[in-house]
Amino acid sequence: MYSQGLIGADSNIVEDQAFLDAFQQRIDAEEKIEPNDPMPQAYRNTLIRMIGQHAHSEIVGMLPEGNWITRAPSLRRKVALLAKVQDEGGHGLYLYSAAETLGVSREQMTEELLSGKAKYSSIFNYPTPSWADIGTIGWLVDGAAIMNQVPLCRCSYGPYARAMIRVCKEESFHQRQGYELVKTLCEGTAEQKAMAQDSLNRWWWPSLMMFGPSDTDSQHSDQSMKWKIKRFTNDALRQKFVDATIPQAELIGLHVPDKDLKWNENKNDGKGGYDFGEIDWDEFWRVVKGHGLMNKDRIKARKKAWDDGAWVREAAQAFAKKNVAA
Amino acid sequence: MSEEANMPLWEVFIRPRVGLHHKHVGSLHAADSTMALQAARDVYTRREEGDSIWVVASKDIYASDPSQAAENFDPASDKVYRHPSFYDIPDEVGHM
Repeated sequence: MYSQGLIGADSNIVEDQAFLDAFQQRIDAEEKIEPNDPMPQAYRNTLIRMIGQHAHSEIVGMLPEGNWITRAPSLRRKVALLAKVQDEGGHGLYLYSAAETLGVSREQMTEELLSGKAKYSSIFNYPTPSWADIGTIGWLVDGAAIMNQVPLCRCSYGPYARAMIRVCKEESFHQRQGYELVKTLCEGTAEQKAMAQDSLNRWWWPSLMMFGPSDTDSQHSDQSMKWKIKRFTNDALRQKFVDATIPQAELIGLHVPDKDLKWNENKNDGKGGYDFGEIDWDEFWRVVKGHGLMNKDRIKARKKAWDDGAWVREAAQAFAKKNVAA
Repeated sequence: MSEEANMPLWEVFIRPRVGLHHKHVGSLHAADSTMALQAARDVYTRREEGDSIWVVASKDIYASDPSQAAENFDPASDKVYRHPSFYDIPDEVGHM
């Protein structure tokens, strides 16, 4: 809870060394930073960008899956998919609210998404041509998201950390229903198993890209780690994801499409881990910069939803106004 | 998108079950309190999180100033005599 009147109240702060040091001291002492606390403008901006992107990803993430709700093959799958997509809408809202505590408005964030100025996770610019993709998304995409989000529950910014706790609690079912779906296909006919393998082939590399650029190329990582916005580097989380996922694929008889994949017993301080092949970063940047298969469709769909909903928002506002006047 | 078009912000409080306090869970935008309650139900109680919801217009909440947290709250920290463990009672008395 916060008073909007105080937002931006620290805009007159002089960010001298003493101020920055005192702020870093709070961070180092694992104190949470709350909305009205003084904070460096760069800390605020980093969080607005990061939480905004995260919120947009949840909202755009409803599209590739929403695509399959009416064609789910059983009632059990349909209620699960409906609940998952509804959760994602909810997650987007928790996150927009968290971003708003930093002084950015919902309207501004919506505008930035629709104009293409704001980014969202590149994974949602890939198409979902088969039913198996719904399982693969839950298993890999939500799996990767959870890997990213669990450490964010300890983020130094209170409202973001609290939103992430809710999100993580709800997201566990997303991954499990996805894995169960893929497993069921793998136990089916040869054709169904082939569908699952084809889906894994298409989603594996984009899922690894979800962790963002390699640490050597990531422009935001260092300062975000220092401010304890992020707790692990992109590469560390990616490694954790690969190590966790390979045995899951093996268990249901699927093969990860990476010829360089190899167990390396020296990795992870001698605990062992997988070496894996080089990610196609050209593809990553191409999709991030708007040239993926579905970038245009996704924004078009969001724009249509926003425009088609305009009369509802206006009517609700007019009705509220009328009731206040009466 | 003008200021006029912006939906007001509401703070949402949920009571997990009868006998407990309502607790702040987050916020949302809605045109009026009816819509805010409906949205709060959809956004914040999808998994039996509560049996009662309060919504309060965010603009009606007054918060203490965080820069005065020390003046406001530190004075309580050296008043140990407000706590029962400050007083010496013979063991023979038993639970008191």
